[in-house]
Amino acid sequence: MAGGTPAQIVVEDLVKRFGTFTAVDGVSFEVARGEVMGFIGPNGAGKSTLIRILCGLLRPSAGRALVAGIDVAQDPEGVRRRIGYMSQKFSLYNDMSVIENLQFFGGIYGVPRADIAARLRFAVDMAGLVGREDALVATLAGGWKQRLALGAAILHRPAILFLDEPTSGVDPSSRRRFWELIHTLAQDGVSVLVSTHYMDEAEYCQRVALINRGRLIALGTPLELKQRALGGELGTAPGQRQLPSLEDSFVQLVSASPARAGVAA
Amino acid sequence: MRWRRVKAIVVKESLQIVRDPRSLMIALLIPVLQMFLLGYGISLDVKQIPLCTYDREDSQTSQDLLRQFSASRYFSLQVQATSYADVARSLDHGRCSVAIIIPSGFSKSMADTGQGVVQALLDATDTNTASLAAGYATAVVTSYSAQVQLESIQRRGGSVPTLTPVEVRARVWFNEDLVSRNFIIPGVVALVMAIVGAQLSSLTIAREWERGTMELLVSTPIEPMELMLGKLLPYFFIGMIDACICLALAVFWFEVPFRGTLSALFFTTGLFLTVVLCIGYYVSVSIRSQVGASQVALLLTMLPTTLLSGFTFPIDQMPAAVQAVTYIVSGRYYVTILKALFLKGAPWGELLLPILCLALYAAVMVLLAARAFRKTLD
Repeated sequence: MAGGTPAQIVVEDLVKRFGTFTAVDGVSFEVARGEVMGFIGPNGAGKSTLIRILCGLLRPSAGRALVAGIDVAQDPEGVRRRIGYMSQKFSLYNDMSVIENLQFFGGIYGVPRADIAARLRFAVDMAGLVGREDALVATLAGGWKQRLALGAAILHRPAILFLDEPTSGVDPSSRRRFWELIHTLAQDGVSVLVSTHYMDEAEYCQRVALINRGRLIALGTPLELKQRALGGELGTAPGQRQLPSLEDSFVQLVSASPARAGVAA
Repeated sequence: MRWRRVKAIVVKESLQIVRDPRSLMIALLIPVLQMFLLGYGISLDVKQIPLCTYDREDSQTSQDLLRQFSASRYFSLQVQATSYADVARSLDHGRCSVAIIIPSGFSKSMADTGQGVVQALLDATDTNTASLAAGYATAVVTSYSAQVQLESIQRRGGSVPTLTPVEVRARVWFNEDLVSRNFIIPGVVALVMAIVGAQLSSLTIAREWERGTMELLVSTPIEPMELMLGKLLPYFFIGMIDACICLALAVFWFEVPFRGTLSALFFTTGLFLTVVLCIGYYVSVSIRSQVGASQVALLLTMLPTTLLSGFTFPIDQMPAAVQAVTYIVSGRYYVTILKALFLKGAPWGELLLPILCLALYAAVMVLLAARAFRKTLD
């Protein structure tokens, strides 16, 4: 964790239940300013639910979550003004052009009129869509759409960015470019919480949270997680020194985590 | 509330409407279609009732009487029966709904006693038409009787009291020609506005849920009232164009006299449009599918406006319990206002009560619709 700076996201014993199903089960963590934190886990692990709670889209059943120092259950509107969000499903307007979409979100987020032209230019530039401002979004390929969605999410210079599987269905070179953008933003002090199910993408994160069945089963830098997985094996097989891949570590840590009562294996 | 956000939604919604010209055409053509369909389809006038005659006497007198029937614009002679079986058959087959039978000995009875009796058979499967037909038949016979009486007095060379002691001289107000279309068309305008208005807005929120764009929208600082205003303003504009089309058709095509003030007409139309747009919006928020929302919106607006607004069925003829229900039908106030404006030419002052009711209704619906939208995915 970046030393000294106050945490931008503080989550304490967060629980979300849908009827009898517990989607998020006692999760706690913190994210510092300018940190890129990754959520890794299988589909249905609770990553999206967790992100939606932090965006104020779902009310927590128990526990506490502070985003930019604001309690998401108490003042979700306050949270919404300070965050940018990219949902799992592409959610810009396909029947509107690139610039029309950006102008719309600029208006909704209340970007100051003096800044709007510069912010729009920045977003178009970042998405690599210079010269295609008037193209309908429906005609754009996946990678451009994702970068445009990111551009729309940062028009109002949010301090915190939530990205829910932003790169799913995008080709590898576009994914790489997308991650470069995320790091650029983080260097400017934006805290980024990003979920993915691509293991290789976890390597781009400063810290990674492994989530399985609503529980946070491991949290640390990619290196720490690998070492911990290795540590479990070291007891039985000393002498093996090569670090496992993050994917192997994940499998190892998931199988090592205690099975929860009441949940079918 | 920030107007900047309202404006952003208005611009976005307008762009999407313009980019979907097919839906826009439907929004503008459907009212025209409905106006013609309902304007011509619904008529309460009884004219040209198919008539069957059976003259068992075939005398000068009986022919005179029957000629009065065929000359009337309320009857049209279809069958000249030659037996009772004939009469029964033409009523059974529905070729005629009224049969007039003149018994043999009719003219003799008239000559001897000054009294004659004719029989009328009525097909009362449609009771409304039957009772009107009976009334018209009586009227024809009564005027014939008066004529006969007059002639007989004159023939005896007596002084002629041409006036009956007491006489009703009816003068019809507001709808001088007694054309039911004049009374129906303003109601049709209300019905079409109710259907179209709710249909327009019933899709707006459901569409965003279906396309997945709502998740992002609720994560922004947009307020429910801003979203609603931004969404409904463009549709209000389209709805007012529809209203102009309907009202123009009513006046220039159906030739319903318009005697009121235009300002009152447009003000109340705007209020009514607000109400139905909000109903559609409320439904759209509650039912997150476009098909479901449009069905429910249709049900919520078309049925009450047709049955309970006083458009076809007079409210004061309804049972007390049903009358009470009509107060929660917004169409009731608008239909009242429209009829008063079109036919009576009522000034603003006389319409104050229904206008106030409609305004109150609109205010409540705006608040309900705005509050219905929750910025959460729970």
